[in-house]
Amino acid sequence: MSHSHLLHTSFVPAAPPSLRRRAAVSPSPIRTQQIQSKIREIFMPALSSTMTEGKIVSWVKSEGDKLSKGESVVVVESDKADMDVESFYDGYLATILVDEGLSAAVGSTIALLAETEEEIVLARSQKSSSSAPVSPPAPSNNDSQKVFDETPSPVTTATVASAVVSSGALGSAVHPASEGGKRVVASPYAKKLAKDLGVDLRGVVGSGPNGRVVAKDVETALASAKVSGGGGDKVVAKPSGVELGSVVPFTTMQSAVSRNMVESLAVPTFRVGYTITTDALDALYKKVKSKGVTMTALLAKATALALVKHPVVNSSCRDGKSFTYNSHINIAVAVAIDGGLITPVLQDADKVDLYSLSRKWKELVDKARAKQLQPNEYNSGTFTLSNLGMFGVDRFDAILPPGTGAIMAVGASQPTVIGTKDGRIGMKNQMQVNVTADHRVIYGADLAAFLQTLAKIIEDPKDLTL
Amino acid sequence: MQSAISLSLSSQSPITRSDFSNTNNACLPSPQSFRFCGLRREAFESRASLNTSSLFSPRLHSHSRFNKVFAALESNGTTSSSVFDYDLVIIGAGVGGHGAALHAVEKGLKTAIVEGDVVGGTCVNRGCVPSKALLAVSGRMRELQNEHHMKSFGLQVAAAGYDRQGVADHANNLASKIRSNLTNSLKALGVDILTGVGTILAPQKLKYGKAGSGDTTITAKDIIIATGSVPMVPKGIEVDGKSVITSDHALKLEFVPEWIAIVGSGYIGLEFSDVYTALGSEVTFIEALDQLMPGFDPEIGKLAQRVLINPRKIDYHTGVFATKITPAKNGKPVQIELIDAKTKEPKEPKDTLEVDAALIATGRAPFTQGLGLENINVETQRGFVPVDERMRVIDANGKLVPHVYCIGDANGKMMLAHASSAQGISVIEQLSGKDHVLNHLSIPAACFTHPEISMVGLTEPQAREKSEKEGFEISVAKTSFKANTKALAENEGEGLAKLIYRPDSGEILGVHIFGMHAADLIHEASNAIALGTRVQDIKFAVHAHPTLSEVLDELFKSAKVKVSTSNPVAELVPV
Repeated sequence: MSHSHLLHTSFVPAAPPSLRRRAAVSPSPIRTQQIQSKIREIFMPALSSTMTEGKIVSWVKSEGDKLSKGESVVVVESDKADMDVESFYDGYLATILVDEGLSAAVGSTIALLAETEEEIVLARSQKSSSSAPVSPPAPSNNDSQKVFDETPSPVTTATVASAVVSSGALGSAVHPASEGGKRVVASPYAKKLAKDLGVDLRGVVGSGPNGRVVAKDVETALASAKVSGGGGDKVVAKPSGVELGSVVPFTTMQSAVSRNMVESLAVPTFRVGYTITTDALDALYKKVKSKGVTMTALLAKATALALVKHPVVNSSCRDGKSFTYNSHINIAVAVAIDGGLITPVLQDADKVDLYSLSRKWKELVDKARAKQLQPNEYNSGTFTLSNLGMFGVDRFDAILPPGTGAIMAVGASQPTVIGTKDGRIGMKNQMQVNVTADHRVIYGADLAAFLQTLAKIIEDPKDLTL
Repeated sequence: MQSAISLSLSSQSPITRSDFSNTNNACLPSPQSFRFCGLRREAFESRASLNTSSLFSPRLHSHSRFNKVFAALESNGTTSSSVFDYDLVIIGAGVGGHGAALHAVEKGLKTAIVEGDVVGGTCVNRGCVPSKALLAVSGRMRELQNEHHMKSFGLQVAAAGYDRQGVADHANNLASKIRSNLTNSLKALGVDILTGVGTILAPQKLKYGKAGSGDTTITAKDIIIATGSVPMVPKGIEVDGKSVITSDHALKLEFVPEWIAIVGSGYIGLEFSDVYTALGSEVTFIEALDQLMPGFDPEIGKLAQRVLINPRKIDYHTGVFATKITPAKNGKPVQIELIDAKTKEPKEPKDTLEVDAALIATGRAPFTQGLGLENINVETQRGFVPVDERMRVIDANGKLVPHVYCIGDANGKMMLAHASSAQGISVIEQLSGKDHVLNHLSIPAACFTHPEISMVGLTEPQAREKSEKEGFEISVAKTSFKANTKALAENEGEGLAKLIYRPDSGEILGVHIFGMHAADLIHEASNAIALGTRVQDIKFAVHAHPTLSEVLDELFKSAKVKVSTSNPVAELVPV
């Protein structure tokens, strides 16, 4: 690719950057190209003769900033040095296509420049059609948490929504400076991590002094968001057109899931299953369905009432040295949404009545679909429910979200032929539940007792409507 | 006295005080070449020897061991006039006073030094010296913790840890060692150390003494004020020495907080951020100006921020004042209230930081109280003693006060230990009949972060302003550590050297370095400025390969000067 080529086309070669060599070009300002009336592309400049790709060290300007000709826009690291790169034109930095810490091949578009403020929106709409070939950060920079930001699409937006999910136990400590939660008190590193990992600090429960959010809280929050629910939660980043044999770098969501999967290995979990007869529950459901009660609300309510009697199952262990009896019973329920996964939380499910709980659930689901869930609405769960019964799954087990004590996998309720104690054979609806728990704090007998209580509540559900 | 000798330069055979055959050795380093804080023991050793041969009879050495006081008095010259007790009395035995005393003795002046606290002053006891000890630890910690860095060397290191008390002891031991070296060097030269607070009573007359034990009045032909400075604590900030501290407390490293706010992002704040983050703390900077590291060349500051701030566990608030800082008590954390530095309004939403500790590094205030300046009609300006370019003290009427000089932090010209020492030497030169004006633009400064930052002369904006005012052109040349073999061998390619010069004459206006060993590299540039060496000449100087000094070599070579070599080699030296 010649110098002039670089100047006059927006075509971006697909060949791996390492295979390309280009003629010596002296360091010079960014070349922008007019691809439409007033919107120009900003290319990765060639800062030295041997440079094939450059890493964006930092953007001096932010999206929306006004640029004057000759002003520094971006700092690029080449194989030789870090250079400030200047703009050739006046205008506005409409959109940044390659984020800080990422690399781009020489000549590829790294940002769009709009001539007027009005055209910023137009430029942004072009973003998806002109995104640059970007390689993930060089392996040498493995500290960087940033990954290649895929071209945004409805699907990735959804995954981001759930990637942002954080969770963990509801702490009782309220930071004195947090002014009732309006302000987040987080340590410098926690803030940095949250930014890099895309975690919303507002929903993270702090375990530091005075309830301050520290780095490990952010990590825990991210981790617990990922795993709630059963196995295959991995989100498909691209809905279609999967190129077989291709190697695809992880999205932010996938990296988080991966990290979280590995982290869950550090928690010694075990599983206890139980078969519960649901005839009475089904009958109750038929009765109250017209009042807007959902099965999810019924299950959450039953679980919460059982947890009241077994607080240890609602506890969480974060540091391996102590554990917290959570002061609230918040049931997180995993739901698949637009190919992603999110865990809206029914807070104080033991206290709120069934009808309010059902209305709350409907509201949460609507908000989740609209991607308007607030962090505390998806990350404050203390116990997680994952139900695959609607798909006909009769049994499965779930991976424990780090930062919580237990998760219950609920299978489908099915008519089953059973023998009764008086020697008869009967037909009853039964479902299998399977609880995964942290054995550091919750032992087999705890789960057994909890499940027994739960079964009693479900088999005689009159208390649920109280 | 002997303890210092055992520490003398390893490159030179130890010069003992009785080894007179060595004392006339012309190759001994000249005293002027050792002006840097903490590096004095070589200087005084060789100097002591020089003096013994040039000024005093050998006889005193046999006496000195048995009768130090007499030896001291005897060796400390004799006053030129019997009217005065001393030729020179220096108030303050910090690095400035010490430097002045050494040079005064060399010039044959009968000298005394008054010290109300400990010898060594801020630099040795509460400043550059102990902080270098902490930074030496932090540099190693940083390296050992950087798994990637180690891996790239092929090294494997198991989790690195530290013992806080051990680190603190290292700093404390270093300070006492340097302090005793300084004390010994003064004693060895026979400078009288007068203990107590010095107060000027009248021109050429002063008293000293400890509270309660009575004062002694002495007379001196000339007086140098070298009382230094103390940490400045802005109003509203309550320093308790435990959770809200100044550098004085921080250097003792009594605890390593999980989260510390550092008020001020100058040298002191930056160095402590390096120490604290290496030891595992998280840091929040509070800077009143709009930019971090306001004193540095903007380009260097930007790069430094990229390397020293952004990737570390540090965040910052710029353009804000900390109006109120309350120490931690009753289980409550340290509370810091911030206001907008420009509007003076509380930040909206109201900003209060709650941290485990706060370090006040907002600068230093001159320590000039109790000096008796009113007795010679001198009014301080913001606490500083007004002086002219020759460090002569100016009185309230704008007139020079005869026989009174002020050097170092107390005059506020350039608050650096080595600047104070250089000013002291300049004063002594004048006292011995040779006019001398110190070129402050040739005094280097360094910040010992990892990597280090150093500078001499003007920053680029200062140079541009000057060039516009005086109507000359300036150029800037830059080189990167990434292209330096030695830096790459060390896996320390991050760095930049920058030269600001006049293309018409080749005059060096400023040099700024950010990178490995920048503090040591700067002296080639500062010496060039001090000696008036031009770019076109220094570019022919040879640098050993491969060394970091080639960064500067390349820097000088990349400068484009419009005149050719100004001083061709005068005579051919055949080899």
